[in-house]
Amino acid sequence: MAMAEKHYFDPEDLKKFGQIGEWQKPMADKFFAWYGEVFKEGALTEREKALIALAVAHTVQCPYCIDAYTTTCLEKGADEEQMMEAVHVAAAIRAGSSLVFATQMMNHAKRITM
Amino acid sequence: MSIHPRTQTLARRQSPLSDTFYQLKVLNGYAVTDAKVPPFSETIRRAGYVDGILRPTRIEIFQVNVGKLCNQTCAHCHVDAGPDRKQENMTKETFDLCLAVLQRYDIPTVDITGGAPEMNPHFRWFVEQCRALGKHVMDRCNLTIITSHERYRDLPQFFAKHHVEVISSLPHYSARRTDGQRGEGVFEASIEALRMLNDVGYGHPDSQLKINLVYNPTGAFLPGNQEALEREFKTQLQRKYGIVFNRLYAITNMPISRFLEYLLESNQYESYMQTLLNAFNPAAVAGVMCRNTLSVSWDGYLYDCDFNQMLDLKVNASCVHIRDFDLSALEQRAIVLNQHCYGCTAGAGSSCGGQVV
Repeated sequence: MAMAEKHYFDPEDLKKFGQIGEWQKPMADKFFAWYGEVFKEGALTEREKALIALAVAHTVQCPYCIDAYTTTCLEKGADEEQMMEAVHVAAAIRAGSSLVFATQMMNHAKRITM
Repeated sequence: MSIHPRTQTLARRQSPLSDTFYQLKVLNGYAVTDAKVPPFSETIRRAGYVDGILRPTRIEIFQVNVGKLCNQTCAHCHVDAGPDRKQENMTKETFDLCLAVLQRYDIPTVDITGGAPEMNPHFRWFVEQCRALGKHVMDRCNLTIITSHERYRDLPQFFAKHHVEVISSLPHYSARRTDGQRGEGVFEASIEALRMLNDVGYGHPDSQLKINLVYNPTGAFLPGNQEALEREFKTQLQRKYGIVFNRLYAITNMPISRFLEYLLESNQYESYMQTLLNAFNPAAVAGVMCRNTLSVSWDGYLYDCDFNQMLDLKVNASCVHIRDFDLSALEQRAIVLNQHCYGCTAGAGSSCGGQVV
């Protein structure tokens, strides 16, 4: 049985990303052109964009993206400290976005309690 | 601070990879792995190089590898240099043969490398002789040699006195990345050496004394954009340590010697070769260093580059030794190509002077 049939994620599948164009070429072409443009150096450096991508990859918990942007971050000159700080930023926003709803809990609790 | 090496030389460990023929078998899929990458000459033939032949332009850089002796044993070293390599070091007689060639021909630049070239007992004399001939002299200095022993601490003054351009490996501005490749304690010693070089005038924007750093990836990935890396290195080294330098050269790791061993042991050889092949850039071929460089080994043999030297692939010419040096024969030679050449043509290309496109 092929690996992909036993597991949802196979690292080899990342190499096939470009094949999504086989079933819808115009949209895939637009996506990959836009994607390439996004990661070019602009107001942000390629290294900064790679660190943002790494953080987002952890938030959306995409194993392909985590592998890909770990490599890209290293290629662009980031080190372990910068990469871990980027993941902490992602984690802090995830945690904070839960905790900030505690204000709603507090509001509601205060409304219905004496 | 003392340096704790990451490994021992392949030679000392009597690794099969210390045999260059065995390395070439691996690179061509006849040992360890049967992974086949298209022959490099075939790839450049498709890119427009007739018959897959690459020819030199003219020899502008005379690169002398004065020996394999080094105070470091870096995990990726393509020379398999180390403290135990005491036999392979250039003698005065061979230096004299090099000087005779340099005196006779208009080759403007002498690029001295090793090992740690400063450990060769004739190093300073050779630099002085080259300068007396009016040559531009570059020294590929590992930095830590400067702080390794009292007798080397005046190297910054020596370099400054003779206007030597210093080229130094510093794979990262973080200690963890640098020490992971070059040995524990290397980063701290390198920073101290860079301060000493800055103190005698190296690296300041208005100074004629140039210190250029060499970045190479600290693992099985390609270097990023050279200019972006240079900006980041300048910002971080200035901010954290107050260090200045001139240029950063981004160099790709060649899949030979100890880096080849690392690739094989970490099961990354095939994916790394595929990465190099996928990143093959026809535009990089024209600028590879073997076209304007001649490489001389410690024992006087001639090679197209330092990597061919380490694979014992001598020049394809009627003269293969410095004592028989014939410029016109050498400038008409076909450059010896093999599968490691993909390392110099990936992405923006790679040479001893960094990216080539």
